[in-house]
Amino acid sequence: MAAPYTKYLRMNRIPHMWCPGCGIGIIVKALTRAFDALEWSPDDLALISGIGCTSRAPGYMNMHTLHTTHGRAISFATGVKFARPNKHVVVISGDGDASAIGGNHLIHACRRNIDMTLVIVNNFIYGMTGGQYSPTTPVGARAATSPWGNIDIPFNIAELAKGAGASYVARGHVGSGVQLERLIRGGLDHKGFSVIEVLSNCHTQYGRRNRLADPIDLIDHIAKSTVNIRKAAKMSDGDMEGKYFVGLIHKDENRREYCKGYEQVIERAQMSK
Amino acid sequence: MDNTDKKERQVVFWPGNIVAAEAAIAAGCRFFAGYPITPSSEIAHVMSKRLPEVGGRFIQMEDEIAAMGALIGASLTGEKVLTATSGPGFSLKQENIGFASFIEVPCVIINVMRGGPSTGLPTALGQSDVMQARWGTHGDRPVIAITPSYLDEVYTEIIRAFNLAEILRMPVYILLDEVLGHLSERLEIPDPSEYELLERPRPTVPPEEYKPYDSSFGDVPPMADYFTGYRWHTTGLNHDQTGFPTTDPKICQFEEERMERKVSQNLDKIISYDEFMTEDAEIGIFAFGSTARAAMVAVSDAREKGIKAGLLRAITLWPFPEEPVRKFSKQVKGIVVPEANLGQMIYEVERVIGCNCPVVGVNKVGGVPIYPGEILAKIEELA
Ligand SMILES: Cc1ncc(C[n+]2csc(CCOP(=O)(O)OP(=O)(O)O)c2C)c(N)n1
Ligand code: SF4
Repeated sequence: MAAPYTKYLRMNRIPHMWCPGCGIGIIVKALTRAFDALEWSPDDLALISGIGCTSRAPGYMNMHTLHTTHGRAISFATGVKFARPNKHVVVISGDGDASAIGGNHLIHACRRNIDMTLVIVNNFIYGMTGGQYSPTTPVGARAATSPWGNIDIPFNIAELAKGAGASYVARGHVGSGVQLERLIRGGLDHKGFSVIEVLSNCHTQYGRRNRLADPIDLIDHIAKSTVNIRKAAKMSDGDMEGKYFVGLIHKDENRREYCKGYEQVIERAQMSK
Repeated sequence: MDNTDKKERQVVFWPGNIVAAEAAIAAGCRFFAGYPITPSSEIAHVMSKRLPEVGGRFIQMEDEIAAMGALIGASLTGEKVLTATSGPGFSLKQENIGFASFIEVPCVIINVMRGGPSTGLPTALGQSDVMQARWGTHGDRPVIAITPSYLDEVYTEIIRAFNLAEILRMPVYILLDEVLGHLSERLEIPDPSEYELLERPRPTVPPEEYKPYDSSFGDVPPMADYFTGYRWHTTGLNHDQTGFPTTDPKICQFEEERMERKVSQNLDKIISYDEFMTEDAEIGIFAFGSTARAAMVAVSDAREKGIKAGLLRAITLWPFPEEPVRKFSKQVKGIVVPEANLGQMIYEVERVIGCNCPVVGVNKVGGVPIYPGEILAKIEELA
């Protein structure tokens, strides 16, 4: 029997276009399991992406799916959600898509706190275009456009989202699918703008240039560089150097959600008529 | 027409931008996403006040790119949607406008044109975005751009723009300019019984059989609203009838040509123009937008001097009214093309008429309107 979450997949679109072993598959699975756990109907669900390897995910998923322009997915999603506030809207985006070209939309969606979920697949590189460095490439790492080592200081996406006002922020990684599913489910369930950053492996473009060409080695490397947020609280800054904490980073249930706010606008406008 | 049973019209004295916003609401627009920019901002002001009153939604996005994205998202749910901008914002919107054209989503985009390139002359008129309207986004795609000259026409043409966007599943531009956006004029608001509001074709087949670009229904395939049971995929990659990506050259060719046909096979529905004293005209003027108002005065002034001038005024600028312009060029000794740019539509006039008659431009870009006397001087040269 097919697993229950396959109802969220377009099985006839598979095989997919991703490299064997790519972390995006693990993330898509966690996402579908989270939908299933919440019993969300595909008819009430829109999945929206920009451009990149990650952004190809909607094509394989059985719901309303919109593959938009590079960096702009959040703005399309805002239009869908604001027009139909009682439906579910999810965005899936690469690190370049979400934090470089789409960085402005990211921070404003956080600030606005509109009820949707953003899954950012942070594979530390521009995968689709051939491995150029992105805003999350570690200093010193090699990329197609940093052959002498990257000097560009990276973003901490989760902290950026928290600082900009997102009311649910979590970080997971492809080495732990179970935790990832839980973090995504928490974000989907939360009424507000939720950001789940997922550290993922692009062994083809990132790993190959950084002595981690094997997907298992790279996933291991990522897993070893993560520290659970509770444990991180007890560690010194020195020990945290080069590490990423994972888990639920921030949750605020009191921040006003945008569509709820607009209901008041409608009420005021109609009362004064 | 028998006027006796016509409903009494509301008479107003409004600036063009307010006319534009109220017309959009009358046309059924219930969603606006925008980013403030002079000289278009009053449209957003009115929409932010009026939309929640009528149960619609207004959102101010972080930039014009986002506004265009939100607009497309809302249109996919079935809303009639509007954005308004000016030159710099129009430039920023271009990539997503191409996306809207390619996934075939209805939307109306108002560009209240300012003067100059770059930031240019924010508070003064220009007509220099007309070629950008046609060619501004990369790749081929059909375009409809409407250039009203009077405020009553702004009202009726905006209603027509929403209807065209819906029935052809595509973006439609309304190109105003600073003068039209800010001048106030007396106008009568047509009663809703005087016009028809049209809707996009929606699927009649069950969801399992639905294909978002199914050309067996014609060149404008039915479009399902999100969350109505039709779970379709759409992408800005070249796609086939099912909406999924393809690189098959035959399919790509077919789909892009089908898209073009939505305009080229419906010219009679789309093209609109007006003629003033053309029957016996010996000298022609081709003009559009607010400049056509000066052209009309120039025609009367020329007639007073004994020169038989006539005006062909484009209401639809794109697709270009080729046939009327060609016919006109066979009748007159020459055509004057006044436009508030350094010469853009004049190329189109020349292309269409070949060697039928000489064409001269009157071009001004300093943010001041072209005056009737400046057009008259060219008419006299040609006479
Ligand atoms: C406006 C624009 N600029 C550039 C590109 C080229 N481009 C396609 S995908 C991509 C980067 C993808 O990287 P990321 O967002 O990190 O996603 P990944 O492929 O790693 O999943 C770029 C630069 C584009 N499609 N559009
Ligand atoms: S290039 Fe990288 S991100 Fe893209 S599919 Fe291959 S491994 Fe995955």
